[in-house]
Amino acid sequence: MAGGIESLTWFFIAVCTVVWLLTMAALGFAMLRRRRTDHADPLKERPRADRLATLAVSGLVALTAVILVVLTAATFLTGKSLAGMQGEGLVLRVTGQQWWWQVTYESDQPSRVLSVANEIHVPVGETVTLKLTSADVIHSFWVPSLAGKTDLIPRRTNIQSFVVDRPGTYRGQCAEFCGFQHAHMGLLVIAHPRAEFDAWYEAQLKPAERPSEASRQRGEQVFTSRACAMCHGIRGTSAAGRVAPDLTHVGSQQTIGAGTLPMSEDNLARWIADPHHFKPGVNMPKTDLSGEDIGAVAAYLAGLK
Amino acid sequence: MKTRVVLDLKDHPTYGFGPRMTTWWGTLAFCALEGMGFALVSGSYLYLAYLSESAWPIGAAPPDLMPGIVFSILLLASLLPNHWLKQAAVKKDLRRVRIGLVVMSLLGLVLLGVRVFEFPALNIWWDTNAYGSMLWLILALHTVHLATDVGDTLVVTVLMFTKEGRVPRRFTDVEDNGFYWYFVVGSWVPLYVLLYWFQRI
Amino acid sequence: MSAGGRRDDGGLRAWLPTLLAFASGVAGALAVKRMLYPQAFARIAEVPGIARRAPPPLVPGQVPFDTRDDGLDDETLDRVLADTWRREPGFVGWLSSVDHKDIGRRYIVTAFIFLFLGGLSSIAMRIQLARPENGFIGPDLYNQLFTMHGMTMMFLFAVPVMQGLGIYLVPLMVGTRNVAFPRLTAFSYWIFLSGGLFLWASFMLNIGPDVGWFAYVPLSGPEYGIGKRPDVWAQMITYTEVASLAGAVSTIVTVFKQRAPGMSLDRVPLFVWALLITSFVIIFAMPAVMMASTMLILDRLVGTHFFNPAEGGDALLYQHLFWFFGHPEVYIIFIPATGFVSAIIPTFARRPIFGYIALVLSLIATGFLSFGLWVHHMFATGLPMLGASLFTAASMLIAIPNGIQIFCWIATLWMGRPVLKTPLLFVLGFFFIFVAGGLTGVMVASVPLDLQVHDTYFVVAHFHYVLIGGAVFPLLAAVYYWFPKFTGRMLSERLGTWNFWTAFIGFNGAFFPMHILGFMGMPRRVYTYPEELGWGGINLLVTAFALMLFVSFVLLTVNVVRSLRSGSVAPANPWDAGTLEWAAASPPLPHNFARIPVVTHEEPLWHERESLPAVAGLRVDAREIVVTTVTSARPDLREASPDPSIWPFLSAMAVGATFLGSIFSPWFVVWGTPVAAVALIGWFWPKGNPEDEE
Repeated sequence: MAGGIESLTWFFIAVCTVVWLLTMAALGFAMLRRRRTDHADPLKERPRADRLATLAVSGLVALTAVILVVLTAATFLTGKSLAGMQGEGLVLRVTGQQWWWQVTYESDQPSRVLSVANEIHVPVGETVTLKLTSADVIHSFWVPSLAGKTDLIPRRTNIQSFVVDRPGTYRGQCAEFCGFQHAHMGLLVIAHPRAEFDAWYEAQLKPAERPSEASRQRGEQVFTSRACAMCHGIRGTSAAGRVAPDLTHVGSQQTIGAGTLPMSEDNLARWIADPHHFKPGVNMPKTDLSGEDIGAVAAYLAGLK
Repeated sequence: MKTRVVLDLKDHPTYGFGPRMTTWWGTLAFCALEGMGFALVSGSYLYLAYLSESAWPIGAAPPDLMPGIVFSILLLASLLPNHWLKQAAVKKDLRRVRIGLVVMSLLGLVLLGVRVFEFPALNIWWDTNAYGSMLWLILALHTVHLATDVGDTLVVTVLMFTKEGRVPRRFTDVEDNGFYWYFVVGSWVPLYVLLYWFQRI
Repeated sequence: MSAGGRRDDGGLRAWLPTLLAFASGVAGALAVKRMLYPQAFARIAEVPGIARRAPPPLVPGQVPFDTRDDGLDDETLDRVLADTWRREPGFVGWLSSVDHKDIGRRYIVTAFIFLFLGGLSSIAMRIQLARPENGFIGPDLYNQLFTMHGMTMMFLFAVPVMQGLGIYLVPLMVGTRNVAFPRLTAFSYWIFLSGGLFLWASFMLNIGPDVGWFAYVPLSGPEYGIGKRPDVWAQMITYTEVASLAGAVSTIVTVFKQRAPGMSLDRVPLFVWALLITSFVIIFAMPAVMMASTMLILDRLVGTHFFNPAEGGDALLYQHLFWFFGHPEVYIIFIPATGFVSAIIPTFARRPIFGYIALVLSLIATGFLSFGLWVHHMFATGLPMLGASLFTAASMLIAIPNGIQIFCWIATLWMGRPVLKTPLLFVLGFFFIFVAGGLTGVMVASVPLDLQVHDTYFVVAHFHYVLIGGAVFPLLAAVYYWFPKFTGRMLSERLGTWNFWTAFIGFNGAFFPMHILGFMGMPRRVYTYPEELGWGGINLLVTAFALMLFVSFVLLTVNVVRSLRSGSVAPANPWDAGTLEWAAASPPLPHNFARIPVVTHEEPLWHERESLPAVAGLRVDAREIVVTTVTSARPDLREASPDPSIWPFLSAMAVGATFLGSIFSPWFVVWGTPVAAVALIGWFWPKGNPEDEE
């Protein structure tokens, strides 16, 4: 959890636990305290006890109000410090789709605009600003360790900013029910030191490497000549589909199908053979490629580092 | 449990008018919830107008004024016979009640007739864009209330011309029907402004 | 989708809108509203000059029978009045019943059946989630199941069961013989039942909604909500909201106008206050969801663009409308439950409630504030910071009236001498769970915290703590408390204790760990999760305790069935309680009270130990009730109360068929309207009884 939120959470938990314990103690005492044994009429008046109870209840209500004011103030202060992040920093456009994330790194130079899927690489210690929108239904962007949720709403743009303090991989997931495969709409945020991030960025900007082995060449040929290229694009080849994730450097990614399977050549082959086995209802159709062709495509894709 | 009589209601009446009757309160409750419905659609309309990136109204000329003006004048004018009818009901004057009901039924049917011309006068269809959808929804919702009360007036009119009409208590229903008409008229005023004038301001 | 093309395609197109407007006019509004008039008409017709049935034979030498109750002794009076107020025999008579006790009982039993179905769907989900990557049910069924679970629990169980208890108990507690609009109430039950059957039949036919109980657009809209599933959602809402609104109107008028003479506003039982305020919340909240579902179905069926951002609509408009209803909905369920607690605590603490005025004011404040919180369900949608802060403050504020209630209840127990019977045991469970749920509610009111836990299992845990702790535990307390009144039999205390502990342990074991799952990042509404996230162990634990919670309801069923067969017979007032319902027999006779009581104290039965003061002068050969003034409850009229009628049932069927058909074609509205109108006029029309006496 992001720093300010974490301490706020613990503060709330502590206050709420104390309040709960005191209430239960009062209830327990009310039930168990010893009473004089006269069996009085239920309507017997006890003005002194009533006065004391009025005083006690009023005091407790006042105390409740004070606690609420403190909690509200703590909320505002944390909210303010979260909102007070400096500058835009790195700007990314994230578009939610059923059921994957399209991530575009914006730049003034068109040649330096980069589009990837389901993985967001960011530099450590710098503000990252996400412009969030959706291509279809409402999704919600949520990486628990970095920041709270922000919805992706069609025709609206929401902003989320965060700073990653430590290098590492942070898992995220869609947090607004978005249909059939809401459960398999994961993403990863990977934070590098600045130099490493720049190297990654430059590598990603390059078009896909032409394969040298025969089997991988065959894979490329199958990929670009069959249905794959209708939806997926690979820069540097004739595959220019845009409705599904760009696969130019798919082999460098950690997962397949927005966090459905870990990346490996075997898993790629299994995924291509029948994506609905792992992610029923996904928009990618089951292919009618031969086992050999599937193997070739998987080998080709796995090599696209 | 045993009881002991402390109060005799033998001479209390079996009906009254207005807030003395349960029906009056029921009608009021329905007016409240339907009024809430009107408030919510109006709020939704204003919300979309406020959000709209393009000029409001979107892609259409403002509604033609004529049918709306005729309707509104007739509707406001109907308050007079309605009031007269309500008073006649309280006085249990069957002859006046019958005349009043016939007048209100005819007025209601004429109003429904005029209402039919209001829909095309909106200058947009419900499936053109959200602005059109809103106009149609608001107008249709009011039409629902208008048609319901006109239908009710017709039924009461027929009733008052049968022998049931001689039952004195039935006057409370005539009075109550008139009470609901106030709501139909009252709710129209803000909706009229919203439908016909909001776009022009 | 352009307008130009549409305008040309002919006559039908031009007429359809007008027809639709008229048609939905009669179908929609007549159905809900005009029932009032039929009632009035029916009432007039139902005061014949002579008895329809021969009066029962009188003991020779007794006072002459003059159709008034003045001279009759209590026993004869009960006999004669029971005959006047009973429902007609036979199946048609059963369908025609307008007795609030029949309708209330049907509501309660039906709601419990839906609770069972909702519970089964949650068990299926829990089995699926017990292991990571489990293959027990796939996403298609899972998405339907969690939608069915939410809709069933909210619309078919929680709201109706509270209204059902209100329909049964409010007239008894205010000392009258029926609700204000019995036929409207009967209609409301049949519409509720049709809506529930419609939803579950759709599910059986594999067209159960799968868009969540909130059915956000555009997921449920024309573009992404494929098939009929979201239509089923939208029309089910229409059914149940019509039913709730009808019930609420009847309750408000019953409480305003039919309280026993002397029951001024400061003597109204807190349970009745709770139901009254709930009814007001219903009246102002439910229209919002009806608007949302109507706009949604219009978008889907006739191509409007309310929620289509490409044509000037907005997806968030839907969320605003939905949550403007959705948050008060929680209080529609919770406020009646506070009424149960306020009724049960004084009885078992053996003293009147402490802080009556404070409790009433808290209820009113809760009702008002519940409308100021809806945006806290939308913090993640990117609202401006200032707006969000305001709603944080408002959400915190509602903790104050709820705190007042908790403190007053504890003070009552403190100053009383508590007797620990099963109903009180469940109330103690309520404190334990609800206070925790309320406190996590304070946490989610805080924007930064909410953005973290929103739509995770933390929120699932939170609202189950609030709804099960805050409403179901009091409801179970209420079942154990009023069961003797409903049936004339006591429930077993021993089984009741078992029931409590299995429910209590099962509930906490199932839902407490969910808080942790939420903090670990497990989102809601996922049908599975990867193994490497390490959520498997806690999920397995949750599933095990969920089964235990389910078992507790089996124990309740066993207890109820055993008690109905062989439970010990309950006297009229088995707990020595102080409110009026305990003055009626157990179970109450059709007319509730031989004589309408006169109320002299807020706990009338504790104040009048020997005999109840009462009124006389009512007819015994016709259904008559005492109408009093709104604030001080001075007797004003002897109004007639409607006789049984089959028309509410027939009207409900006609209206229900129209709703159902509208999913398939707007023309069903056109053709359904005249049928519904005929049924409603049938209900309107007096039955040609002899002329009125006056």
